Amino acid sequence: MMLPTIWFVLWGVLWAVYFMLDGFDLGLGTLMPFLAKDDADRRVIYRAMGPFWDGNEVWLITAGGVTFAAFPTTYAVMFSGLYSALMLILFALILRGVSMAFRNEVDDPRWRRLWDKGLVLGSFLPALLFGVAFANLFKGIPIDAEGIFQGNLLTLLNPYGLAGGILFVLLFLLHGSLWLAVKTHGDLHRRAAHLAAKTWTWLLVMVVLFLLATKRWTTLFDNYAAQPVLLLIPVVAVAALVMVRAFIKRAKWWQAWFASCLTIVGITLFGVVGLFPDLLKSSLNPAYSLTAFNSSSSPLTLKIMLGVALTFVPLVIAYQVWVHFLFKDKVQPEDITPEEGY
Amino acid sequence: MDVLMLSRLQFAAATFFHFLFVPLTLGLSILIAIMETIYVRTGDEDYRRMAKFWGKIFLVNFAVGVVTGITLEFQFGTNWSRYSRYVGDIFGSLLAIEATLAFFLESTFLAVWAFGWNRLSPRLHCACIWLVAFASSLSALWIIIANAWMQHPVGFVLKNGRAEMHDFMAVVTQPFALQQFFHTVSGAYILAGFVVMGISAYHLLRRQNTVFFTKSFRLALGFALIFSVAEVVQGHIHGAEVAKIQPAKLAAMESLWDTQAGAPMWLLLIPDQERERNLVEFGRIPNALSMLAYHSPQAVVKGLKDFPAPDRPPVALTFISFRLMVGLGFLFVLLTVVGWFKRRHLESSPGYLKVMLYAMPLPYLALEAGWMVTEVGRQPWIVYGLMRTADAVSPIAASQVGVTLAGFILVYSLLGAVAFYLIAKFARQGPAPAVTHPGEVV
Repeated sequence: MMLPTIWFVLWGVLWAVYFMLDGFDLGLGTLMPFLAKDDADRRVIYRAMGPFWDGNEVWLITAGGVTFAAFPTTYAVMFSGLYSALMLILFALILRGVSMAFRNEVDDPRWRRLWDKGLVLGSFLPALLFGVAFANLFKGIPIDAEGIFQGNLLTLLNPYGLAGGILFVLLFLLHGSLWLAVKTHGDLHRRAAHLAAKTWTWLLVMVVLFLLATKRWTTLFDNYAAQPVLLLIPVVAVAALVMVRAFIKRAKWWQAWFASCLTIVGITLFGVVGLFPDLLKSSLNPAYSLTAFNSSSSPLTLKIMLGVALTFVPLVIAYQVWVHFLFKDKVQPEDITPEEGY
Repeated sequence: MDVLMLSRLQFAAATFFHFLFVPLTLGLSILIAIMETIYVRTGDEDYRRMAKFWGKIFLVNFAVGVVTGITLEFQFGTNWSRYSRYVGDIFGSLLAIEATLAFFLESTFLAVWAFGWNRLSPRLHCACIWLVAFASSLSALWIIIANAWMQHPVGFVLKNGRAEMHDFMAVVTQPFALQQFFHTVSGAYILAGFVVMGISAYHLLRRQNTVFFTKSFRLALGFALIFSVAEVVQGHIHGAEVAKIQPAKLAAMESLWDTQAGAPMWLLLIPDQERERNLVEFGRIPNALSMLAYHSPQAVVKGLKDFPAPDRPPVALTFISFRLMVGLGFLFVLLTVVGWFKRRHLESSPGYLKVMLYAMPLPYLALEAGWMVTEVGRQPWIVYGLMRTADAVSPIAASQVGVTLAGFILVYSLLGAVAFYLIAKFARQGPAPAVTHPGEVV
């Protein structure tokens, strides 16, 4: 009982960390055309994500890999069930990655415009679709006794799924604009700061609506009713969001960004904890649901993986934090050289 | 087409495309690390420029390798869900370990290397590319341990209707996995050497940056020579291992129909799978197959007829791919040995340089052919002797896979074209001019 529970928590944490980290890239990529006035601005925006986005994306690979390793049955049913949505995310992430890598490699405005479009599409779609996917996981999807998905892409685009999509997009937009505010000065910084403040209001409305919708359409709050102490998670998430506003007002950008990190992690974990022990809730019949217990790997594999995770994930965090220190300064004009970067 | 065939095509397209980009990054990262080390030790600016120039080409490859790698990890779930459910206990954990141990390291430090030229001391900067080189080969090791388990499943028990981990060390240390790893990375290192030699030859033939490209060529030549020779020796050992654990694959590699003692080898033949014979046979080497596979001229080699027809891999594809790979492997030894004797007067050997320029695609062909033998030769099994490919596919609509297969072909063709354009552009452009003031690149 213990090992699957630990892995359930780790599973949720890995996804939350992925959203927290890649969230600012995906948000900033989506916002680029609204924030940049000229090519110099655009280069600054690319450079603000440049040293980080790939390392961030590995958290997705790890979250996917851990789903496979710790809960193979869930991995199998979830990924084949959400086939079209997932493939769309993957194609979008391909587009995002190569746009980042190729954009500044040819000195031609048409070439750059092409990849700029790729970046926007490749950032917006995953933000939206991850939200849609996770909201559907929170609500439950039509999985039958054989673990076969009885629906299609449109099944996922129900009102609650769409609410999740909009919520994620707004979370990432705020996160991305705060990141840019941290990383720039001058006009671009002011525009990012202004946009962050505006997005915050919309996000607050959306968070409230999403929590109400969650109460109405899902059973997530059952776990919280049984263990009221868990309510700390959504409370912290909302408190962190309120703090974001306070920090924006005082122009404390790093702190605002960290508070935004906490909001994203809190909202993701709010859903995951509400799901427990379900990983993949069946909306047809609760008996068909895949849980941390009926879909997990053998105790031996869970033990080995726990050893690997406890040894190496702290190491990964350590060197990724070091990278953030190394590139902690605001982006300077001399950073924007064709000699550096991908 | 049914969902099985579509999913197989999609996986084949995705892996083959992915493996057009990964091998270069495996080998080139090491070459760049060597270049930068020479720079740090001797202060020779040429080597810093070399690291930067080859680094550009490396980065394009790396980017395409990364984005196409993610789709592979997720495709086990999307298209092969029955497989994932059956063997995820073992296979899934190997993929997760790869991401945690190797891929984080590679991605994070590559970014530091690419963006950190002016932020790190030369030593620390050089250490970053060594970490990238180490991590990319480490990543290959875990992926190949996972693939080797599909070739030769060990360390598991059948329990709860699936294969469960029984002995983790048996899985990660099985000799077959290590053989396959050395075989694959040696091939990748040869490829990187040939690409560096080919692009250098292009410039040497035009007499541009001759000092720069002579240095690059010689470094790559030594590297490719070592691994070309090692590959032939190691490939033989690896082949003998295949004979032991995958006899049906060996029979298909040689298109041997009848079980016999003192089995010969044919240089060329045309297999006819339906009539269980070869249409044309040419160049018989008596007892060679018995000798190579079992190190004894009279050893009995099992023929395809001794395997039930549904258990036989596609013979023609396996045979042709194997011959192609082996033939090219010997050619690489020849080309690098010839190069070794010409290494001091490359500029006055335009014929050889021209050959090396046009030889660039050959290691790509050899590597893809090698994977063809590995994967097609394993059929009809997805896990040899344990699970059939037909039983592994997801219960999803063929139309869904049809759409994504078309998407893959379209997106990957465009991606391939753009990547090829960029690599050719950087390669032709040559290195940035030499430094005028220390630390400042013009």
